Amino acid sequence: MSNIPDNLKYSKDHEWLNVEGDTATLGITDYAQEALGDVVYVELPNEGENFNAHDAFGSVESVKAVSEIFTPVAGEVIETNEDLNDTPEVVNDDPYGDGWMVKIKMDNSGEADALLSAEEYAEFLESEEE
Amino acid sequence: MSITKVTQHPTQNEALIFERSQTGRVGYRLPQLDVEETPADDLMPAEFRRTDDLEGVPEVSEVDVIRHFTRMSTWNFSIDLGMYPLGSCTMKYNSRLNEKVARIAGFLNHHPLAPEDESQGGLELMYRLQEDLAEITGLPGVTLQPAAGAHGEMTGVMIIRAVLDKREGEASKQRRVMLVPDSAHGTNPASAKLAGFTVKTIRSTPDGFTDMDHLYELCGEGGIAGLMLTNPSTVGIFEKNIREICDAIHDAGGLVYMDGANMNALVGVARPGDMGVDVIHLNLHKTFSTPHGGGGPGCGPCCCTVELEPFLPTPKVVRENGGYRLEYDRPDSIGRVKAFFGNFGMMVRALAYIQTHGDTGLREATEAAVLNARYIAHYLEKDFEKPFEADTMHEVILSHKKQARKGVHTLDIGKRLIDYGFHPMTVYFPLIVDGAMLIEPTESVGRQELDAFVDAMKSIAKETVEDPDLVINAPHTTRIGRLDEATAARKPVLRWSPDMESTAKSA
Repeated sequence: MSNIPDNLKYSKDHEWLNVEGDTATLGITDYAQEALGDVVYVELPNEGENFNAHDAFGSVESVKAVSEIFTPVAGEVIETNEDLNDTPEVVNDDPYGDGWMVKIKMDNSGEADALLSAEEYAEFLESEEE
Repeated sequence: MSITKVTQHPTQNEALIFERSQTGRVGYRLPQLDVEETPADDLMPAEFRRTDDLEGVPEVSEVDVIRHFTRMSTWNFSIDLGMYPLGSCTMKYNSRLNEKVARIAGFLNHHPLAPEDESQGGLELMYRLQEDLAEITGLPGVTLQPAAGAHGEMTGVMIIRAVLDKREGEASKQRRVMLVPDSAHGTNPASAKLAGFTVKTIRSTPDGFTDMDHLYELCGEGGIAGLMLTNPSTVGIFEKNIREICDAIHDAGGLVYMDGANMNALVGVARPGDMGVDVIHLNLHKTFSTPHGGGGPGCGPCCCTVELEPFLPTPKVVRENGGYRLEYDRPDSIGRVKAFFGNFGMMVRALAYIQTHGDTGLREATEAAVLNARYIAHYLEKDFEKPFEADTMHEVILSHKKQARKGVHTLDIGKRLIDYGFHPMTVYFPLIVDGAMLIEPTESVGRQELDAFVDAMKSIAKETVEDPDLVINAPHTTRIGRLDEATAARKPVLRWSPDMESTAKSA
């Protein structure tokens, strides 16, 4: 059973969001890192780039595949986790902590409210597993 | 059957050629100088000459070099050693006859810049191959220039772009959406992007076909330049709605490009041109038995309709007054896509393959390829999950779903297959199937070898239940066991330097 912290918001594309005011910190969930396998490269956007909700803002390359990562909320990238360039493995080791990917200044912080709660995400994962 | 792990003996490893260097050892002896000696400065100014006495370049004898590379060549797995069931790769046998024909001096030594009247044999060969590929695909316009599959793809979508630009002028800018199914090869969206298109992904239905409702929805959004479709798809299923799909794209004003990666399921039986496809690429190094992998080189011809023919790359081989010439005057052409005329040696081999088979033989090869894949599907569907119901074509897709419950995943099954003497199947592709194993036996294997493969897979399924660690830690019979692929990708060591610790004890 994968780890799903209660205090975060989740998307059906398996990203998590930690919302503080109008800023959201974003990464991929424990379930996602487990499904991807060993992460070997993380491609992140530049600071200052703007994205619409559901846009792909980067990609995660594992030994199995390259997968796009999507932002569930619109906004501007204000910070990226540059440590992932040299240590992509922390996405596997600590997906909700040091494995964070970007911080986004949200255009509309209400957008995050519509995302899944921990409980809803857990239910969603179960339905995916059939 | 059980295979006991053999403990690695250090002398089995091979030191790098750099580590074999012995100062002063050489592999040649120059004859005595019989002309007057010229000072080195007169031949090459000092600033361009190395002064470090070739520091770091291995000093080895001829026999050192021969033995080093020959030993390593025996570590390799090749199509000449056994079944190579890589799905969507069509690793079929490369006949010795092809090689013999390709070594005919007139073909082998012919210079690409030789004048046309001295090149009639080579040009005729290219023309005949064009004609044969046109007949096989039902698409009369052919270029042999592209050097590989992805190159053929890009040529195909560049042709689509050129057609739309010519047809619609400025309005063509509003037509930039290329539809690509979610089961496509990753090169498809890449080719579309390079040709200036925006990619929209079409979903597959749970039973493995293109989702028609989603297709119509996307067509309804407008701006459709075309569709890139692999048929049979990468899940090994023939797209039964192909006519309807082509009609939908044409009605939306777009053109249909077909990825010919899986043509080994169709040659001699069904023609893309008859299905409504506008342009296709073929992989001669898959379907037409020229060498695949290890640098090939490949050859990825494009075939298209009469309407698209003027846009094909230049030059093109044409027949005129009983002879052959290269036609350069093609004003609508997308231009040249390859130096000279493509990988000519591959064209010789492919034509040899086509002519030795004939039309009946080509059809029989296709039938055997499909029959072989169905044989494997039939005997393995109880042991491994087969995610799609539909009859498989030339390749079958299985998943690790049953084995994953025991902690054994696709990668482990592939690695364990090495212990049984087979090359692993394609793993984790296509992405729409979790833990995908894509198996393509091709027509090159007989029933005994198919049975051996089925037995190996069944045995692995049994090991998964009885002794999962045996599979998880495979391979056991190779010189080097399971490699750490994650670290190799995260922290690759790409250069040797003299202060590095030796990777192996010298043999």
